[in-house]
Amino acid sequence: MLLSELRRGDKATIDSFTDYEASLKLLEMGCIPGEKIEVVRIAPLGDPIAILVAGYLLSMRRDEAAAIVVNKI
Amino acid sequence: MRDKHLHIALVGNPNSGKSTVFNALTGLNQKVANFPGVTVDKKIGTATLTDERGEKRNVEFIDLPGIYSLYPKSIDEEIPFRILCDPNNELHPDAVIIVADGTNLKRNFFLCSQVIDLKIPVILVINMSDMMRDKGIDVDFELVSQKLGVPVIPMNARKGVGLAELKKALTATPGIPRHDFLDIRSYAPEVVDGVRTAINTTSNYDAFLAANNLPIITDFEMQKSKKERIIELCHKYQFDSRQMQARETLERYKKISALMGETVKQTNALRKSYTNAIDNILTHRIFGYLIFLAILFIIFQFIFAFASYPMNLIDSGFAWLNGKVKETLPPGLVNDLLVNGIFAGLNGIVVFIPQIALLFFFIAILEDTGYMARASFIMDKLMRRFGLNGKSVIPLMSGVACAVPAIMSTRTIQNWKERLITIFVTPLMSCSARLPVYTLLIALIIPNRYIYGINMQGLVLMFMYLIGFVAAIGSAWVLKKIIKAKERSYFMMELPLYRVPRWSTIGLHIIEKVKVFLFDAGKVIISISIILWVLSSFAPGNRFQVIEEKYKQPAYSAVPRESIERKIQTEKLESSYAGMMGRVIEPVIKPIGFDWKIGIALITSFAAREVFVGTMSTIYSVGDEGKTQLTLKEKMQGEKNPETGLPRYTLAVGLSLMLFYAFAMQCMSTIAVVFRETKGIRWPIIQFLYMFALAYVSSLAAYQLLKP
Repeated sequence: MLLSELRRGDKATIDSFTDYEASLKLLEMGCIPGEKIEVVRIAPLGDPIAILVAGYLLSMRRDEAAAIVVNKI
Repeated sequence: MRDKHLHIALVGNPNSGKSTVFNALTGLNQKVANFPGVTVDKKIGTATLTDERGEKRNVEFIDLPGIYSLYPKSIDEEIPFRILCDPNNELHPDAVIIVADGTNLKRNFFLCSQVIDLKIPVILVINMSDMMRDKGIDVDFELVSQKLGVPVIPMNARKGVGLAELKKALTATPGIPRHDFLDIRSYAPEVVDGVRTAINTTSNYDAFLAANNLPIITDFEMQKSKKERIIELCHKYQFDSRQMQARETLERYKKISALMGETVKQTNALRKSYTNAIDNILTHRIFGYLIFLAILFIIFQFIFAFASYPMNLIDSGFAWLNGKVKETLPPGLVNDLLVNGIFAGLNGIVVFIPQIALLFFFIAILEDTGYMARASFIMDKLMRRFGLNGKSVIPLMSGVACAVPAIMSTRTIQNWKERLITIFVTPLMSCSARLPVYTLLIALIIPNRYIYGINMQGLVLMFMYLIGFVAAIGSAWVLKKIIKAKERSYFMMELPLYRVPRWSTIGLHIIEKVKVFLFDAGKVIISISIILWVLSSFAPGNRFQVIEEKYKQPAYSAVPRESIERKIQTEKLESSYAGMMGRVIEPVIKPIGFDWKIGIALITSFAAREVFVGTMSTIYSVGDEGKTQLTLKEKMQGEKNPETGLPRYTLAVGLSLMLFYAFAMQCMSTIAVVFRETKGIRWPIIQFLYMFALAYVSSLAAYQLLKP
């Protein structure tokens, strides 16, 4: 499933990316395939979301999160 | 260009505490300059370091914009890339200090490993040692230094811990990293070898990056033949830069994970931090917005109400200075230039300082504590519909006090398109300089009556504020559709841990902003002020002489001196170049209900909207009797339209005039600041024309629909 489909509190591992261009930026930010993530927070209006990745809080818009394929744990 | 200073660049991720390290090293010895063509400031500071033998060494530090990697994603991020990767760049440093956030080492090591592979001397600062202790992160610094082949210094820059060690490491002049972090040559040996020879670098990684960033490389300072050689090599060996970049990133992170496994221990498990607890409140669906509103309210109170005390003080200071000059210097051109040209311009610049200082005091606190990222987080979805960013709310609201500090505060918006739109629409918010114009005109055309207990004048004033807001949001929405982003932009950002603000950093930030405004925007403001003075103080031929001669005739001897002076002032203004321009533009402004007298006020109030009232006073020969507004209002009410014989200032004309002042860019200070913030003349011109068109069309509609 996609990262954008997870709910608050869900944990997952990053599998792959759907968008090559965005993946380069995401990789740099520490979103590496195999990495564990957790959806820590969702903004009150439902977008953006904040995930815990590589030991820090990263916020991103839903359309950016839709570029990440994850396996829910 | 090169001097014997040691040149050190500070490089690091956003939020790594890079600027704190920079401030700790240089203190007040900083200056801000421009990088041509981009919107980031070039911050340079100096310090004198003493080495072990007691010899002094001058060091020049440059604080480069925060980046996550050496693959630039925006024009602003190209700056560090150009400086670090082009050995011929005039700012190419002798050594680099990499500042890494110790609580976030994985991502910070990534950039660090890239810079190490550039084969520039590197010192790695692992910052925030206090937070690392709190989080139970234990790092074997010695081993990290060994593995990376560079000196490593743990620091707590906020408290100055580790500063002495950093200075000592700088005087020892660090060597080139002892080994490559990643064997990049094996990715594409032919291309790397070929490019390395072509650009004459010892770094395989520099060559690899050059091949990866062809569009940027091609305007580096190097011979054309070399560039052609690089392009040819990439084609020949089918160098796929995106694939190379992805592979490099993955392998770097793999090696970093291994490195961290050996050197970093997380002693106590990550428990729910206080940041999480604060976030539960600050991003709460009700409290989050209430708190945000309360913060806006406080900022607004300060820059709107409390700033008026120092501003009045500045105004009276200049009034006193003007009085002194008028008395001491003999009357004449120099006296007048000083008082009405230069001092008026200086006054117009200095008067903004309280608002700028106050606004940046608050913004620096919001940024430094980590709150700004949360404001953006909760507001983003709402503002994005209009092409704006969550962080646009603060500039927009501050625009109600004054667009000048508001536009300067858009720096916090990283996305260029959203920032540009915010800059573009902020001047449409009704600023405090419009208030005197509205007050005069509303008193003139709207009866002071109550309907259903509502004061009509107050209602119209509210309507004027509302219309400014609607115009700003509407224009933002239109711009969102029109402006094409130069680069793909990302919202992705770190939500940093909450921290106590550092007052010294905030102080330096305020000083920096005030300086930038005084010297950069100030130049433009004072030039325009002098031009306007020339326009209203000179007339072709001997027109002024004729006026003065006329009032010396015996027929006027019975009239009080003061009244004659005012009549002379009026006639002089009317026959000056500004007066002539008023007549020239009359055909253009006639359809919106203005005559040439209003035309003169439009021209002179280009300096600042509130000048409208002063010019009208001069035109209608109203003196400074303490009740200028009242008498001016009466005079304007008595003004007849010569064509119809009816009063000039009808509801139609008054509304048209107010709409014009609501929308037109009648503020040279704003233009100067937009010029400075967008680093070019293009956007101020487009903005000026757009706002003029908006003003003209709405005034036209109002006048034509309402005129009797």
